[in-house]
Amino acid sequence: MPTLERHERPNIAFYVPLIAATGAVLGLLVGNAQGTPLLGLLGGLLLLAALATISTLSGGQEKYWRWGIILLFVIGGVALGRVVGGIAGLAFGIFFAWFIFWLAKRRYRSKLPTYLTSGQVLWFYTFRIIVGAILVFLITPILVVLPLSFNAEDFFTFTPEMLRFDPEGYSLKHYRDFFHNPDWQQALRNSVLIAPVATLLSVGFGTLAAIGLSQPYVPFRQAIMAILISPMIVPLIISAAGMYFFYSRIGLQGTYFGVVLAHAALGIPFVIITVTATLVGFDRSLTRAAANLGANPVTTFLRIQMPLILPGVISGGLFAFITSFDEVVVVLFVGSASQQTLPWQMFTGLREQISPTILAVATILVVISILLLATVEMLRRRSERLRGISPT
Amino acid sequence: MNFTKTLMATLAVVMPAGLATAQGQLANDMVLVSWGGAYQESQHRAYVEPYIEMNSSVTATWDESSNEAVAKLRAMNEAGNVTWDVVDVVAADAIRLCDEGLALEINHDEFLAPAPDGTPASKDFGNLIVSDCFIPQIVYSTTFGYRTDLVGDTPPSDVCAIFDLAAYPGKRSLEKRPLNNMEWALYCDGVAKDEIYDVLATAEGQKRALAKLDTIKDDVIWWSAGADTPQLLADGEVVMGSTYNGRLFSVIEEQNQPVEILWDMQVFDLDGWIIPAGLSAEREARARDFLYFATDTQRLADQAKYISYGPARASSAPLVGNHADLGIEMAPHMPTDPNNSANTLLYNYEFWADYRDDIDATFQAWLAK
Repeated sequence: MPTLERHERPNIAFYVPLIAATGAVLGLLVGNAQGTPLLGLLGGLLLLAALATISTLSGGQEKYWRWGIILLFVIGGVALGRVVGGIAGLAFGIFFAWFIFWLAKRRYRSKLPTYLTSGQVLWFYTFRIIVGAILVFLITPILVVLPLSFNAEDFFTFTPEMLRFDPEGYSLKHYRDFFHNPDWQQALRNSVLIAPVATLLSVGFGTLAAIGLSQPYVPFRQAIMAILISPMIVPLIISAAGMYFFYSRIGLQGTYFGVVLAHAALGIPFVIITVTATLVGFDRSLTRAAANLGANPVTTFLRIQMPLILPGVISGGLFAFITSFDEVVVVLFVGSASQQTLPWQMFTGLREQISPTILAVATILVVISILLLATVEMLRRRSERLRGISPT
Repeated sequence: MNFTKTLMATLAVVMPAGLATAQGQLANDMVLVSWGGAYQESQHRAYVEPYIEMNSSVTATWDESSNEAVAKLRAMNEAGNVTWDVVDVVAADAIRLCDEGLALEINHDEFLAPAPDGTPASKDFGNLIVSDCFIPQIVYSTTFGYRTDLVGDTPPSDVCAIFDLAAYPGKRSLEKRPLNNMEWALYCDGVAKDEIYDVLATAEGQKRALAKLDTIKDDVIWWSAGADTPQLLADGEVVMGSTYNGRLFSVIEEQNQPVEILWDMQVFDLDGWIIPAGLSAEREARARDFLYFATDTQRLADQAKYISYGPARASSAPLVGNHADLGIEMAPHMPTDPNNSANTLLYNYEFWADYRDDIDATFQAWLAK
């Protein structure tokens, strides 16, 4: 079926300067890497202005122009920086091949309602760019760590071998160090022994406290709530110093149980907050109905209330677990050398010897965190599906 | 600092609590406090492993807390719960701990082994015993390393190269505290070496040192951990930087980085052990037994097999051999080797004990400007 197409002259005065400006910014980056920022800026500006004008005004087929642009950038990239330059060139080429025609053919409007003003369209894309930039800011530091952990040298440095993708520049020795070094293994064992127990305590106490505090007739509800969540608000170093002196006097300082208790205290506020949030939507007539049918309060709690507030309990528990697993300040005070946890070991390692073993550990922890969160999310969706609530 | 005062006041009350009296018993669990990294490893291999081989009932746990040892010992004493048995600290910290009564005062001849020829320990260590609580272990130095590929054809041979931005352009790393930096600045501003501390005692002298540092302030990366400068040198982010000579040895010989040491005007300092005050009799006996072994002539010489710090005993120097893993001769890498120590500065403990707080404040204010 033939489509009706509005034929209009591309608005050169709009898109050519915009593309040229983008080219100038990227040219500046490339030039900076080569030590000639100004040349890069000018080169990028002129090259992209020329490419944008010629490719859109000459009558040639769009797809040939696209492949031509990509090829041009790849060749230029290889000439400037070999393999890495070639890959960067490919990325730039693909971007510009798309960007030029996207702007020139007004494709940026094709998915938006036709009644939007230019300002609204501009904001639509600016907003997406801001969101993307925030994501990049949050993720980049983590992404940089991953390849560095495969460094063959003992420094936090991208060596020339690594940048050339030479296998010589990469090694698993920092991972080997983590799995063979008794200090790291002891730290891993301590973390794995402390975090789950602290989480169980936090979840138990936190859930009970949240349920109790949600009853309207508890006196001084607000005050008790404030005290219970204070570990989250008080600066950690203050809680840590206080715990140190208190635990020293009652003989808990430097013991496994002491660290577990301290971490449980830090985790409880997270559980209280998430469970309280789920209790807001909880229909109290359900417990009354259960009581009416002869269930005692414990059965009511276990069979009626608990399944309904379970998502809050689980996410609170997850926060409590991560708090304990990541915590370094309190354990430095309350623990002794034989309770060294992974974060403690990473902290001292970072201060005394900047060894990429820390990066290897960080990478492993990132992977574990991702798996953990993905599992919980999948379980949550599954249970929602089973209960017939559609995921939002 | 109010917190410190409170701690010290309560200290006097809590002190006598720990003095129990079981004789002849030795505790079996030891917590040793050190700096981590290659240095702690050298102590572990030279002292702790052979000691545990001889005393199989003993377990040793390392705590890498020497950096904050003074603060932690104060807190432990205040809480009446000293969990450390032997603590490795720099001499300046040992003097502070001794003054505050947090470290055990000892009679060196009674506590420590004599040299193999019978010279008593106090003579063997000589003037390195800078405090009644301090058992010297090594002599280390703070000095400069430079990238051989970034200094052109004329590698620096003079410490004042750090202030010469024309000949050696690029960033340099200096420690984020006044110690050593102020001395180097005055020396390079034309002050004679033996007058440095006299000049630095005056307000004009301090201003003069900071004015000299001002000339390179924009090109300085300030470090606070011993591992920073090696990392910056390996990155090529700095042309030259100060750090401990053992760190530089490891960068050059173990990591094979293009770095050389500039030994001119290296600042000597000491590191050693203290026993915390207020240990139970059994634990104190174990700490004494360990330190008697760990600071004898052979053990101190053995440590130099693993790290390039000079043993504190005069009688250990001739026994220094080759590196345990690399097989290279260690004597030329010692800061005390005659080729390296043509022009050195000995850190003045008394001066810094008196002026540290004032100059620290001035220096930090200058940094923030």
